[in-house]
Amino acid sequence: MRPVQFNSKLKMVEAPEGMMGDGFMATSFEKVVGLARKNSIWPLPFATSCCGIEFMATMASHYDLARFGSERVGFSPRQCDLLMVMGTISKKMGPVLRQVYLQMAEPRWVLSVGACACSGGIFDTYSVLQGIDQVIPVDVYVPGCPPRPEAILDGFMKIQDLVGQESLRRRNGDKYKELMEVYGIQ
Amino acid sequence: MALTNDTIKLKLQEKFGEAIIDIAEPYGMLTFTAPKDLNLKILQYLFDEEELKFRFLTDLQAVHYPDRKGEELMVVYHLHNLVDNIRIRLKVYTDVKDPKVYSATALYQSANFMERETYDFFGVNFVGHPNLIRILNVDEMDYFPMRKEFPLEDQSRVDKDDEMFGRG
Repeated sequence: MRPVQFNSKLKMVEAPEGMMGDGFMATSFEKVVGLARKNSIWPLPFATSCCGIEFMATMASHYDLARFGSERVGFSPRQCDLLMVMGTISKKMGPVLRQVYLQMAEPRWVLSVGACACSGGIFDTYSVLQGIDQVIPVDVYVPGCPPRPEAILDGFMKIQDLVGQESLRRRNGDKYKELMEVYGIQ
Repeated sequence: MALTNDTIKLKLQEKFGEAIIDIAEPYGMLTFTAPKDLNLKILQYLFDEEELKFRFLTDLQAVHYPDRKGEELMVVYHLHNLVDNIRIRLKVYTDVKDPKVYSATALYQSANFMERETYDFFGVNFVGHPNLIRILNVDEMDYFPMRKEFPLEDQSRVDKDDEMFGRG
């Protein structure tokens, strides 16, 4: 019987720099935690309109999002790290989005996909919220109408960079508290 | 004999006489105007009459004509006779300062949400509606967006470049 050889070219993530010894390796805790977190982000797709379809394409097999570690997308904010807001958010939906964000546990990141979520897009009108950063703090903005799946993946990779380099004390620091004050979040 | 626009016209004029004005047939669809006090009576007549049988309310909307002083808001009812496949349109004019029209919810259940939408966007007060509150816009909005006096763009933006919008 011929041995099955499917994915023989495994890609491994680079180990962080540290001291290697006989059976142990010593690195900084932040680096390890950052490495673990960034390669296993669980996103919450808040897909509202057309960008949601692009997200579906991104999650599908051609432009796989699962290879970045987000195999499991959750639809419950209590279990997710990344809130991906995709699509037009109307003013009536604003408080709902804020409620979803408040229900997420720290550490949490927000990825705003598409022109409508970033700034209201072409819908400069009385009913559309001109950018979700009027209600929640955003980490990465992906422009496009709609952005191609490659662009969404690029935004996701930037979130991964942010996650990997985030200091473990950031969420307790003053700057973060000030940011939350601006949005009125405790 | 199949129901035709002429039959409908004759029957309406027989019953309501001078109240039906402005009869026209754009694209073959009979359209007429009536005073707003008679709107329920006309809808009821069109519903009950065995030959007419307009028992399906397709659409209920409003149009704002700022140039017609004294009758700026027009509420329009689209009715459909499902048996003979005939559609007609009833128009009712009302003043923008005190827009009150009798509600058709007693006759057509579908008028409930449609009248709420017309109230939300034009401010037409439907007398007799069970729950006339905003349906699609934010509840705290204090103006009526589809009236032609209000701006389409969101006024809260500060970073718009007037030159690019032809206003510079």
